[in-house]
Amino acid sequence: MGKYVIRRLLQMIPVVLGTTFIIYAMVFALPGDPTAGKCGDRGCPPAVVAEIREQYNLDDPVPVAYVKYLGKLATGDLGENTYGIPVTQDLAQRYAITGKLALMAIAIEAVIGILAGVLAAIRKGSFLDSLILVSTLVVISVPVFVIGVLAQFYFGVRLGWFPVTVTSRNPSMYQLLMPAIVLASLSMAYVTRLTRTNLAENLRADYVRTAKAKGLTQRRAIGLHALRNSMIPVVTFMGYDFGALLGGAIVTERIFNIQGIGGYIFQSINHRDGFAVVGAVTALVIVYLIVNLVVDLLYGVLDPRISHD
Amino acid sequence: MTDTPQQSVTATAGIEPGEPSTDVAPAREAAAPARSLTSDAWRQLRRKPAFWFSVVLIALFVAMAAFPGLFTSIDPRQVFDVRQEPSAEHWFGTDGQGYDIYSRTIHGARASILVGILTTVATTLIGGAVGILAAYFGGWLDTIVSRITDVFFAIPVLLGGILFMSAFPSDQSTPYLSVVLKVVAALTILGWPSLARLMRGSVLQVLPNDYIQAARALGASPWRIITKHVLPNSLAPILVVSTINLGVFIVAEATLSFLGIGLVPPAVSWGVAINEGLTFLRTFPHIPLFPSLFLSLGVLAFIMLGDAARDAFDPKSR
Amino acid sequence: MTTTTQPRGRRDAQATASDYRPGPDGLLLEVDDLHVEFHTEDGVARAINGVNFDLHAGETLAILGESGSGKSVTAQAIMGILDMPPAKIPRGAIRYCGQDLLTMPDEQRRKTRGPEISMIFQDALSSLNPVFPVGWQIAEMFRKHRGMNKSDATAQAVRLMERVQIPAAKQRVRAFPHQFSGGMRQRIMIAMAIALDPAVLIADEPTTALDVTVQAQIMALLAELQEERQMGLILITHDLGVVADVADRIAVMYCGRIMERADVLELYRRPAHPYTLGLLESIPRLDQKGQELSAIGGLPPNLLRLPSGCEFHPRCRFVQDVCRRDRPELTAVVGAAPGRESACHFSEEVHRG
Repeated sequence: MGKYVIRRLLQMIPVVLGTTFIIYAMVFALPGDPTAGKCGDRGCPPAVVAEIREQYNLDDPVPVAYVKYLGKLATGDLGENTYGIPVTQDLAQRYAITGKLALMAIAIEAVIGILAGVLAAIRKGSFLDSLILVSTLVVISVPVFVIGVLAQFYFGVRLGWFPVTVTSRNPSMYQLLMPAIVLASLSMAYVTRLTRTNLAENLRADYVRTAKAKGLTQRRAIGLHALRNSMIPVVTFMGYDFGALLGGAIVTERIFNIQGIGGYIFQSINHRDGFAVVGAVTALVIVYLIVNLVVDLLYGVLDPRISHD
Repeated sequence: MTDTPQQSVTATAGIEPGEPSTDVAPAREAAAPARSLTSDAWRQLRRKPAFWFSVVLIALFVAMAAFPGLFTSIDPRQVFDVRQEPSAEHWFGTDGQGYDIYSRTIHGARASILVGILTTVATTLIGGAVGILAAYFGGWLDTIVSRITDVFFAIPVLLGGILFMSAFPSDQSTPYLSVVLKVVAALTILGWPSLARLMRGSVLQVLPNDYIQAARALGASPWRIITKHVLPNSLAPILVVSTINLGVFIVAEATLSFLGIGLVPPAVSWGVAINEGLTFLRTFPHIPLFPSLFLSLGVLAFIMLGDAARDAFDPKSR
Repeated sequence: MTTTTQPRGRRDAQATASDYRPGPDGLLLEVDDLHVEFHTEDGVARAINGVNFDLHAGETLAILGESGSGKSVTAQAIMGILDMPPAKIPRGAIRYCGQDLLTMPDEQRRKTRGPEISMIFQDALSSLNPVFPVGWQIAEMFRKHRGMNKSDATAQAVRLMERVQIPAAKQRVRAFPHQFSGGMRQRIMIAMAIALDPAVLIADEPTTALDVTVQAQIMALLAELQEERQMGLILITHDLGVVADVADRIAVMYCGRIMERADVLELYRRPAHPYTLGLLESIPRLDQKGQELSAIGGLPPNLLRLPSGCEFHPRCRFVQDVCRRDRPELTAVVGAAPGRESACHFSEEVHRG
């Protein structure tokens, strides 16, 4: 296992290098003026332009500039926003909020998604199954921001069950519940479908027949033997989908006015503060890379057929 | 086979000695007429109401995008009384600036459909071509392509889109088409690798087949083998995923516009309309409702079409 | 664990462990007029059409047939692991120690699977759960049926793995199915099946997926375990070679019916049904080198549309009008050893040769 972790870490290095290079290239190295629009609609004064070119080493050859940029990233320096405040400082307090929101969303997505998928799979072809399938199709088709807006209107404004906006710097679980459900909805629908498909297929597997022949209860044969195998692709999906969740967090935080990283990115977009956007998004991409590594390792634990040597 | 008196012979081997027994019910298998996968899939599709439902919806939306004049004669920039409820005159009411929401919603289809179709075509062509070449020629080309797709895979589409769009910001003076193309470029850059990976996988499944080996042995050129033999047999998965992706790209475009980083007013698009309408959520919920409804239906149509095609092409799911 | 070589010794040694007592002559299992059908979109497939047999302690019954003859369905019906629907059992009884398994409450029947009746499947790789260690899967039997704690159950698993001759069992108890060879995997299946000392063991093509040399080892192991525990063994196979070595009696199945039943040596010496005759003639023999191998022409019929009269008549070389009209019942063969039965209008003639 130790060797496996090290090998996976080594394999991640080129991915991290490549990813940061693409980000760097998109933002600073592609043709076009990287300072355009960064200082609001009026354009930057020459002094600021010079400072930006200096800060991002735009006068160096691209590879050199990239290496310097990487060095900054490695030390946690994500640049400064237009007000000269380091992006990292802005982000620190917001991480906790977004982290809480994302964790809640993942928990909701996993519990409800898997439960609904199991119900649909063991009653395949029934009314309940069709109902679950149609609901997932609706949730997949309706974009997160529409779901968010509708939930905000009905459960927040009309029914008053949940706060309409969450402006607190230290929101409670209850305050974040509706945003978390909204954020989880899309992934939840996919988790449901994936669980259903995989479990339905695994219910016909030989080893489930064996479990029945061993005199195990229906509950154990399905709930342990078949489900355990069906979870492998679901966990993989949830790891891969974490990126979409982070993107969704930007939308959700904007709708509910949550003071997390997503809300920060949205505000920075509104203020045309390009550096802040790039810094914060890069931070999210790095979080996503780390989560993916964890999921990869977990995958090895879940499926013993994956070689650990 | 070695000759021993106690030779093991399967009961089925009575038919053809030496042939290893296979576990098929011979009578039923032999009776089924041989049908090609494509015609079989088409047969499946035709029977599905979901397929026809999505086809009709898509046709409607494409017509809206191409010829909005067919659906409405009201200019989307004409100003009426603000915030009217739906009425006979203004079917969907008017919005915060007094624009007719029905007309705006019809005209808003263009941005979504344009981004969806252009991005899908671009990602399918690039991803498909790269995937085929990587799988067919293998070696260092394959290695490089695989590493590159790994790297792009690590950037979530929406995050990458936000990065790209804020690196190339647009404002009110940027022409409509150039913003649309910017969105298409961002989504294409982030979207092609997953299709390349998919195409590579399905080509690798086709390549070991005997008919490819035979074509190679007969000295057919790589171009001919790819176009005549590999492509027709490996196209189904990428087409299915591309159809679903079209819906996903429409959502991505609308989301970028919603965040104020894609199309911006005065451009007419569903994402922009929803973004602006949100302000009136508490007081005039019909303003964000209609563009949201159209956007969701548009996405639903493509996802349902892709789902139906996937079921038709994947015999396992039947 | 106590093992004895006396008949029904198993029951004496563990008198408290089982609620079931075999009949006075060691009768364990009676299958009586069993019918199974599958309701599919295309119609009703009649997979089993009136199968009768019984099984005694210490006896090996081979059920021989082609794919689709209903032999595996019979086994799964006895185990109670058919998926119903689409399967349905419209008629018949399966009595274990006098109690009908088909009318028993589900929970009571579940508890017979493992301690009373147990099964080995053809493909051990797919039949073992890929994500659990093999020792865990064996130990599960002790934990769920006997309420043993984890460490005791694992110790039992190791002991069983040693019994089925898996080298370094202690070290490999935590290994996963894919880390074993085909033969070793089948040994693990066997260990799991015999864990709770069942009275009846059903082996569904236990060696089909294996190399010839490994096949012999597995069959020897099965025979040894059966002898040691005095189990009733139902051996399902399409391999005439496997049958000859280990079986006491043979039932030949075709189209969901038993066509012929006999002691193993009797059947080999003088078959009393044209189908059995055809099967035997299709075995290559050293003394007939150079001659053309004979074969049964045609294919088994579609189970959705069984032929009238005798199911075998379209492929039978002795076919007469009566065969197309009347379905022959399984009856004693006149002039043969007692216990010989055949479902053929001309069984006497075939038997005489």
